[in-house]
Amino acid sequence: MTEPILKLEGLKKHFESTSGGIFNKKKGTVKAVDGIDLEILPGETVGLVGESGCGKTTAGRTVLKLYEPTEGKIIFQGQDITKLSRRQMKPLRAQMQMIFQDPFASLNPRQTVGTLIGATFDIQGIKPLGGVKQEVERLMERVGLNPEHVNRYPHEFSGGQRQRIGVARAIALKPKLIVADEPVSALDVSIQAQVVNLLDDLQEEFGLAYLFVAHDLSVVQHISDRVVVMYLGKVMEQADKKDLFLSPRHPYTKALLSAVPVPDPIKGRSRERIILSGDLPSPMNPPAGCVFNTRCWKVQDKCRVEVPALLQIAPNHRLACHFPEPAA
Amino acid sequence: MKPFLEVKNLSVSFPTQDGLVKASNDISFSVARGETLAVVGESGSGKSVTTLAVMGLHNRNAANISGQAILNLETGPVDTISANPEVVRKLRGKSMAMIFQDPMSALHPYYSIGDQIAEAWGLYNEGSKADGLKRAVEMLDLVGIPGASKRVKEFPHQFSGGMRQRVMIAMALVNNPSLLIADEPTTALDVTVQSQILKLLKDMQEEFNMAVILITHDLGVVAEVADRACVMYAGKIVEQSAIDDIYYMPDHPYTIGLLNSIPRVDQLEGKRLQAIPGQPPSLISLPRGCSFRSRCTYSELVPNNKCATDVPNLDEKISGHFSRCHLTEAQLVKARSSAGGQA
Repeated sequence: MTEPILKLEGLKKHFESTSGGIFNKKKGTVKAVDGIDLEILPGETVGLVGESGCGKTTAGRTVLKLYEPTEGKIIFQGQDITKLSRRQMKPLRAQMQMIFQDPFASLNPRQTVGTLIGATFDIQGIKPLGGVKQEVERLMERVGLNPEHVNRYPHEFSGGQRQRIGVARAIALKPKLIVADEPVSALDVSIQAQVVNLLDDLQEEFGLAYLFVAHDLSVVQHISDRVVVMYLGKVMEQADKKDLFLSPRHPYTKALLSAVPVPDPIKGRSRERIILSGDLPSPMNPPAGCVFNTRCWKVQDKCRVEVPALLQIAPNHRLACHFPEPAA
Repeated sequence: MKPFLEVKNLSVSFPTQDGLVKASNDISFSVARGETLAVVGESGSGKSVTTLAVMGLHNRNAANISGQAILNLETGPVDTISANPEVVRKLRGKSMAMIFQDPMSALHPYYSIGDQIAEAWGLYNEGSKADGLKRAVEMLDLVGIPGASKRVKEFPHQFSGGMRQRVMIAMALVNNPSLLIADEPTTALDVTVQSQILKLLKDMQEEFNMAVILITHDLGVVAEVADRACVMYAGKIVEQSAIDDIYYMPDHPYTIGLLNSIPRVDQLEGKRLQAIPGQPPSLISLPRGCSFRSRCTYSELVPNNKCATDVPNLDEKISGHFSRCHLTEAQLVKARSSAGGQA
């Protein structure tokens, strides 16, 4: 069996919420990520989906140790990196990169594209063959940018092009793992497909593994091999793509899938839709028992008391529910 | 019966330092009561600019507006483009209303939502403030806000995104308008909340027999709620038809391209997406001929380089189905099937 590139064991990230002011009293804990177990194999894409506030972005950042994990283990290429200091992390950063959601905020407006992409080499002290400039131009060409634009500033590019700059920067050091946080959600649909295809191609070319964090289930479905569904910091269900999309077992997964609009009017009209009532509860004060119980249509007394454990129900299929849907 | 809103040859452009921005060009469409028209397009395609002109919300000093937007009211037709701004102001909120993408910036943070809804009601109704608040509670109940009588005193920041959008809808509908323009009403919301709001809009449309214009970029949302759709590109309508034709018989290469470029949650084969190459043209220097030509895969099929020289007309190729393209119907049929698309 292939060694996983990334392994998470019970990963947790909690934020202390304080009142501010002179006493800075502790108000509570936001359990943004409350236990993820996950393995990502080389060349594989794992989608991490959920609605706003479910902890998917925090999870992605904690994996790269941009946040210090509260509990659990992060094992990268067989090495436990959970406790590593910033300095110890630095050489590893060449192997693990991130693509951000907002191509406007994630690029320094005062630096040229050449500087932005070239900085990765300087930081790691790597001298690419043929010099930084040539390598930057090669990278720009690879992601579909005109290398002649190397001296332009981010504002001279469209949203899609900027996201390509972000991608070029992420692949510059030939990483093994890229955490992509909503990389296409700020883009128009016709441009979105261009970037999704680029990510697909790069994965094939470099054998990259992606942790693809997104709220758009259509995109996640397209790009992922496996999918993790989160709700209020907890993993509800995780499975191979086919299993999850064809036979969702968790009521939340089922509702989420049924809520995604399909660009097919006839199918849309005949589709059974589960409309969840209410909103996401506050993550500061999550419900007791199963966190989904306030919106679940199958809720029973047990759900309000007992937290369902995330159990293996089939190979590669884990589920946290007391009363799951029957397998399709 | 006449449709409630008839837009005829509407164009909006903005003079800027860099040149004239032709944001929307020669737009014509109509919507009847009880009907939902979707206006679909990507950012900068002119969908919001067009509907803001209908509402009379452009600064007339900053925008050049020509054409007509006729509301067929019971008292007779009114053209909101040429009418006195005061007349149009008195139609807003009463005959036509609008809801926006971001309800947080559309609601006033300092006033309770009850006060804001009561104010909208008070503009067109005789009654005390207490009557207005009573009406606000009724409306909040109608749009499904639990504990309406209590929550009417709360402020926008105390509501979640989905609940705020419900408040916006309650406010827009308080005077029973005949036309509702919804500009990306669910774009900022999570999918499970989106389906709540779309259902609410549908229910409200039935309740009030409204004409609804839904502006969106999401082809999934359009398929679920619209009766007809206009597809816009670079300030022009490139295709307009009944909803099923848009999806199963798209008649413009841009529409065909859009449908093939979106991943679908109901298709698991993992086919490669067919992206539309390039990006939309600048609205300041639109190319000669067809605006979509540089991104179109089929333009070489048209003889004499016509796509580069002649702007195609919005022709009615089949009854009720308009498309702005030089390709013949036979060529389009081929384009549809070779794209491996929906047809």
